[in-house]
Amino acid sequence: MEQYSGKSILKKISIGKIFYYEKKQATVKRNKVEDTQAEVLRFQEAKKTAQEQLDLLYKKAQKEVGESGAAIFEVHMMLLDDDDYCESVYNIIESQKVSCEYAVAVTGDNFSKMFAEMDDEYMKERAADIKDITERVINILTGTNTDMSDLIEPIILVADDLAPSETVQMDKSKLLGFVTQFGSSNSHTAILARTMNIPALIGVDIKKEWNGKLAVIDGYKGTIVIDPQEDYLKEAKKQIEQDLKKQELLRQLKGQPAVTKDGTKVHLYANIGSVSDVASALYNDAEGIGLFRSEFLYLESDDFPTQNEQLNAYKTVAENMAGKKVIIRTLDVGADKKVDYFHLDEEENPALGYRAIRICLTREDVFRTQLSAILRASAYGNLSIMFPMIISVEEVKKAKRILQEVKDQLKADHIEYKDVEVGVMIETPAAVMMSEELAAEVDFFSIGTNDLTQYTLAIDRQNPKLDDFYDPHHPAVLRMIKQTVENGHKGGAWVGICGELASDTSLTETFLRMGVDELSVSSTFLLSVKDKVRSLDLSK
Amino acid sequence: MKSFHFVVNDELGIHARPAGLIVKEAKKFQSSIKITKGERTVLASQLMMIMSLGVKKGEEVSVTIEGEDENEAYTAIESFFQNNL
Repeated sequence: MEQYSGKSILKKISIGKIFYYEKKQATVKRNKVEDTQAEVLRFQEAKKTAQEQLDLLYKKAQKEVGESGAAIFEVHMMLLDDDDYCESVYNIIESQKVSCEYAVAVTGDNFSKMFAEMDDEYMKERAADIKDITERVINILTGTNTDMSDLIEPIILVADDLAPSETVQMDKSKLLGFVTQFGSSNSHTAILARTMNIPALIGVDIKKEWNGKLAVIDGYKGTIVIDPQEDYLKEAKKQIEQDLKKQELLRQLKGQPAVTKDGTKVHLYANIGSVSDVASALYNDAEGIGLFRSEFLYLESDDFPTQNEQLNAYKTVAENMAGKKVIIRTLDVGADKKVDYFHLDEEENPALGYRAIRICLTREDVFRTQLSAILRASAYGNLSIMFPMIISVEEVKKAKRILQEVKDQLKADHIEYKDVEVGVMIETPAAVMMSEELAAEVDFFSIGTNDLTQYTLAIDRQNPKLDDFYDPHHPAVLRMIKQTVENGHKGGAWVGICGELASDTSLTETFLRMGVDELSVSSTFLLSVKDKVRSLDLSK
Repeated sequence: MKSFHFVVNDELGIHARPAGLIVKEAKKFQSSIKITKGERTVLASQLMMIMSLGVKKGEEVSVTIEGEDENEAYTAIESFFQNNL
């Protein structure tokens, strides 16, 4: 039993096996070798290990999903046993005197190309299988764990750091918790952990040999225990049970209105990051979606998502929320959210750089596609549009002008859409200072407290060393929020908060007294915020 | 040498899994077993090559078997085709 500590993101406990995630190697290099015989032996060893892995997967899948679902692993075993494939690897090693990783990569490429070029849809797809087995062997040779698709049971994910493009591809149902070496309490991983309501620790001195070991993450104490002793495990299980009971109590609040004892009403909306989050939002009684982060559409794909792909996603959410408000935030990439095909330059200062509305207003083609998709989806529910990272009235006017042009085009094409509410994120001090003028331009404000705190306090939220200085309760931040609410109301705009602070129940009373109209939080916090609201009496 | 013709009945044609099973079956014998579709001939022990023939439902292949144990091999391979394809 070994114990390590880090900074905890969420107060919860998880027990599970560790999966040590390593970043994918970009490309396999063509390394020259002297001893080709040794490389041949390495290949044979790796092939044997791969066969063993596949056999295990095959047997597991047979038990859990039946023969037809398991067949793919059997096919992989057969493919890996193919004489021509193995001969090709041997030949390349011997004739070019190169490392076996390289020989395997080239062989895999050649054979998958052969299938990709076939005039048969079924055989075309086999190209992916060849790539799969090739990658499996290379990962064994280089000793990297990247593929979570083999996982059948849920795991605790341990990694250096995780980029949004990596987490977006993970099967969320297989995650029990995160433990990372880097990242700050405001980084993407932390936000994801809060959204998923699983414990996460950052700043932990992680070790590769943890892979496959049983561990307990304790989000209350900020510790991870590897190979826990029997009594420690028992204690952890007891704590988990108590947490579940607490949740059960909160569930009784479902269907109850979010009203204070003196009758002040506040709208409780959910933040979602993908279509699949809608279920949890509804389950936890969300009155609407206060922040639909549309980035996932861009992060999940290899190229700009088409208008129809976007339309489908927005439409699904609109329909599922059945007339409840859904606020879609237009594309907010840049800074920590990088997307390869945007070809964004490396920046000294990405948080202050080319991101969000700044990209949209200079890449109008991308922006128009998204606006058109949102407008078309508006016919199926109650959608609103929100622009991020606003600093001036001119930006809002420009964005609205483009929106109007897109509407005109739809009208000309006889495509149906509804009038949507338009709002802006208030997340820069500039937007706060201009909030009175901005309110005249829009229907609503939504305060993004994470960025507003970062920009107000001049603290990079990606830098873990600054976590101690990053104080979202700083009076400067709270005054910014107060000013925004007052100016918003003066100009006829309703005002919500969609940052992490919205779920901080120690501030719920402060926000309500300021007159905040809506709080939008991760679904998992909806009921605890409601509990807090219902316990308040603002008349006192 | 022994041989037979066979018209594939399976919806998916000779897809990955049956191709793999042909290989397994063929490797049990000493004889050289070849599968021909049109102008292309491959060995029954070459999985990816069999798949690359892209044999679809309704297409015909011919199988030739030559070697010491060709009689046993013929019986086994022929019945494999009958039962699985």
